[in-house]
Amino acid sequence: MPITLAVDFGSTYTKVVAIDCDDELLVGVAQSPTTVGEGVMIGLERALARLEAASGVKRGDITRSVASSSAAGGLRMVAIGLVPDLTAEAARRAALGAGAKVLRAFAYELSRRDLDQLARLAPDMILLSGGTDGGERKTLIRNASALAAARLQAPIVVAGNRAAEDEVEAILSQAGLDCTIVENVLPELDRLNVEPARAAIRSIFMNRITHAKGLDQAEAFVGRIVMPTPMAVLEAARLLAAGDSGAGMGDLVVVDVGGATTDVHSIGSGAPSTPGLVPRGLPEPFAKRTVEGDLGIRVNAPTIVETAGIARVVSGLGERMNADQILARVRQLAVEVDRVPREETEHDLDAVLAGLAVDTALERHAGQVTTSYTPMGPVQLLHGKDLSTVATVIGTGGVFAYGRHPRRMLQAACYRPESPASLRPRDPALLIDRRYILFAVGLLAQIAPRAAANVMRRHLTKAEDVCDVV
Amino acid sequence: MSSKGTLVLGVIGADIHNIGITILASALRASGFNVVSLGILVSQEEFVKAAIETAADAILVSSLCGHGELDCPGLREKCTEAGIGNILLYVGGNVVVGKQDWEPVAGKFAAMGYDRAYPPGATPQRVIEDLTADLSARVEARA
Repeated sequence: MPITLAVDFGSTYTKVVAIDCDDELLVGVAQSPTTVGEGVMIGLERALARLEAASGVKRGDITRSVASSSAAGGLRMVAIGLVPDLTAEAARRAALGAGAKVLRAFAYELSRRDLDQLARLAPDMILLSGGTDGGERKTLIRNASALAAARLQAPIVVAGNRAAEDEVEAILSQAGLDCTIVENVLPELDRLNVEPARAAIRSIFMNRITHAKGLDQAEAFVGRIVMPTPMAVLEAARLLAAGDSGAGMGDLVVVDVGGATTDVHSIGSGAPSTPGLVPRGLPEPFAKRTVEGDLGIRVNAPTIVETAGIARVVSGLGERMNADQILARVRQLAVEVDRVPREETEHDLDAVLAGLAVDTALERHAGQVTTSYTPMGPVQLLHGKDLSTVATVIGTGGVFAYGRHPRRMLQAACYRPESPASLRPRDPALLIDRRYILFAVGLLAQIAPRAAANVMRRHLTKAEDVCDVV
Repeated sequence: MSSKGTLVLGVIGADIHNIGITILASALRASGFNVVSLGILVSQEEFVKAAIETAADAILVSSLCGHGELDCPGLREKCTEAGIGNILLYVGGNVVVGKQDWEPVAGKFAAMGYDRAYPPGATPQRVIEDLTADLSARVEARA
């Protein structure tokens, strides 16, 4: 049986997913802690041993492998633009869409202090933009000169004003910096163009970054690490929405709850679902990813409680723990990041924390409606994507794979009457990635899209069917 | 990308009258300008940000609901603050309430820092001629 193996070197776990692409079957799934210090092959070997024990998949059965990684800090990037909510924001969105962790977005001319901070952040890659095509060019050129003078080692992707690209390329390459010129992320004020930058980021990640992080020892076995993990999840979301050869699920949202962060991916235009709603601000990416760096159910458990308020945690737990007990427990979770819940209250606390993370992350990801009062009557303005008619919400991440209350957690993604201005999905089907294979589907999207989409569709479980399993 | 200049265009404030700028935008494009239209309900901040990013030569403000005296002051100062204090600012539409004598109204908008103000009924052709003259005067001044 020829097996395609998808591997993810995650920040905590190395996961392996074995798929038989010919028969479109999920053959097995296993994981083992990621071993960055001793070399990632050790963790992978252990995961493969578990896969063999559980599913009988032998090394010899594996005919091809494909891998993603978020180990060793993931892909850490800095975005630079001109106006904070125009090119700097467009660059930030492009980097997020490429699966990066955006450490900071800088705007206007880089100051001495900005450059010092940039050096301290030591990003893996820099995305430099500024100006629409034919628009402002001085700032982009000055920022390129500043980066050249600062002699930062990180590869630079330039996606700014086309009228300045030759000069920028000359400045950066004369300084011996590794630069790649691509199309502008914001060629016109009303047109976002993130794909060329995303592709360049991915190619540099694949060819240079994984090597710099020492993740390439695994290459002899898995081949090139082709993308950062969050990009694999976004690619999976895209594949499921579009489907292979047409029969897709349509607009959807994926929410990925981790120990340190919560990611939300939405696929769809996000155009107003009701007439009279006027879109404002930068155009939205069709495939949009946002990352909440303060919401995660281990490292950031205390931050979730702080953000949502302790009262919601107490009532979520049916008052079985008091505020002090909860605070002590979440502080413990922040340290004990690989803690697996053992008793009922621990499972419940995980579910409450994850639900609050999902709620807050969706509130931030989804578009907001504001009302402007004009002499012609009130006008409703849409800032961001209108997700109210999205048909499907998918939950992924450890807590959805192993947790006990997936429906309750995922329900938190939906529209809430208490917060009517937030255009979250109103009545979506709630599906759970119970086998934790979504990343694998994203990795397979390019080499075996049909098998990947069909395997995923078969293994997405309706949330109500996994409600309160014990 | 040889154009006669880049113009940022929009309807300022709580105003949703989009027909005027739609006509003006197409006339300006047809005569060779690069037009960045921001549409309706545009705040002063949005005009300024768009002008910076596109390196615009002029901002054309449309105000049709009669609230020009509330919505228009301060734009010149914001441009100055943002480093584009020399940009050309035009305003037009129904900029004040009711039918008032034009001279004093034009004086008010000149005092706000607008280079040109247009009364109701001004034609796109007039705006095109003024822009052509004002922009070439600037090119000569720089030379």
